Amino acid sequence: MAKKNLSKQKKMDTRVNFTPMVDMMMLLITFFMLATTLAKPASMQLTMPSNDENVQKEDKSVTKASHTITLYLGADNRVWYIAGLPNYEDPTCVKETTYGAKGIRDVLIKHTVEEGYNPVARIMKAKQELDAKKSAFGSTMTDEQYQQQLSKLKKGELPTGKIETMTVIIRPLDTATYENMVQALDEMLICSVDKYVIDKIGPEDQALIEKAGVK
Amino acid sequence: MAKIKIQKKDIWIDMTPMSDVMTLLLCFFMLTSTFLTPEPIQVNTPGSVSEVKIPENDVLTILVSPEGRIYVGTENKNNMQAMMETVTDKFGIQLNGTQVKHFREDPMVGAPLKSLQAYLNLEPEKMGEAIQKLGIPLDSIDGGMSEFQEWVKAARQANEDIKLAIKCDAKTPYKVVKQMMNELQDMNENRYQLITNVQAASEE
Repeated sequence: MAKKNLSKQKKMDTRVNFTPMVDMMMLLITFFMLATTLAKPASMQLTMPSNDENVQKEDKSVTKASHTITLYLGADNRVWYIAGLPNYEDPTCVKETTYGAKGIRDVLIKHTVEEGYNPVARIMKAKQELDAKKSAFGSTMTDEQYQQQLSKLKKGELPTGKIETMTVIIRPLDTATYENMVQALDEMLICSVDKYVIDKIGPEDQALIEKAGVK
Repeated sequence: MAKIKIQKKDIWIDMTPMSDVMTLLLCFFMLTSTFLTPEPIQVNTPGSVSEVKIPENDVLTILVSPEGRIYVGTENKNNMQAMMETVTDKFGIQLNGTQVKHFREDPMVGAPLKSLQAYLNLEPEKMGEAIQKLGIPLDSIDGGMSEFQEWVKAARQANEDIKLAIKCDAKTPYKVVKQMMNELQDMNENRYQLITNVQAASEE
């Protein structure tokens, strides 16, 4: 009996208490979650016309009247547009619209040029086809090829032939906000409009929009 | 009398799986994290469909608050110091050791030149508060370049390949943005990256 007692080993509990470790981990995770930016902000490329007088005169390209749309961005998220060249005598050519799909985008897509087609709609359709081709199963198109073809489309070189593209002139008023400008630029991206410019409001425009009630 | 016997149970919970998961999460966050660069003011950038990433290096960030205060800064501290030296030399401002140290610790430049020294003399804790009421002026000096233009020019001198990124609050009036861009255009800086949030195209 005494012999048995001697050989008995003490059974130790081998479980380790993890609670403090978990506590610390929780703290660390919280710290990293708060201190990090998971979604890296994106950026939008913008090229402004040069203020240099000499450069401006050389680079002035002429577009057909029906290939032009002018946007006026005003206060309280309101936006006006002129399809075609502005007629400075007649304020009724300035029409009000809204931001987003039912507003500017709709105006751009439905705009018919003098040759009788809708350039924006056709380019957008071609872009959709290109996107489908890229994401199709077994597609071997590289990003570089895609970008190359996309920039061709934006210049109006469609698979069905070359068309003339639209030019959009964005004129934000002083009362507009930065967000309005980005919204307008965004529509250019969505509609694959290649030629757009942010311009200042000249005295003629000023007189016209005052008559049309743009503010 | 029958007694209800309360069973004594072992309340030990096995924490091992939980700590496993936590370790994984921790590793994930540590590896994917890019730390927020501190900025003097908080701005809410507008959303856009553009998904172009901002390059990580050689970026001069121009921060515009809703009130129209302007700050500039770049992530490379040596470029920042070079900018500071160019501008202070030009305007004959002498900074002492502590002021230079404070400048290097500051994420962005935001003090007008006339109060730059006073601002850099403050304690680092107070600088964060003070800078929110300052900002780089856009007014031209004696018909010449404005302080803002001087800073951008100095940045261009410090680093040829620097790109301009404009980080502007959504509610900033266009008037301020126009004035700022106009000054940049005057210097022949015509290409910018507008920093935005990624957002799907709205369908309504």
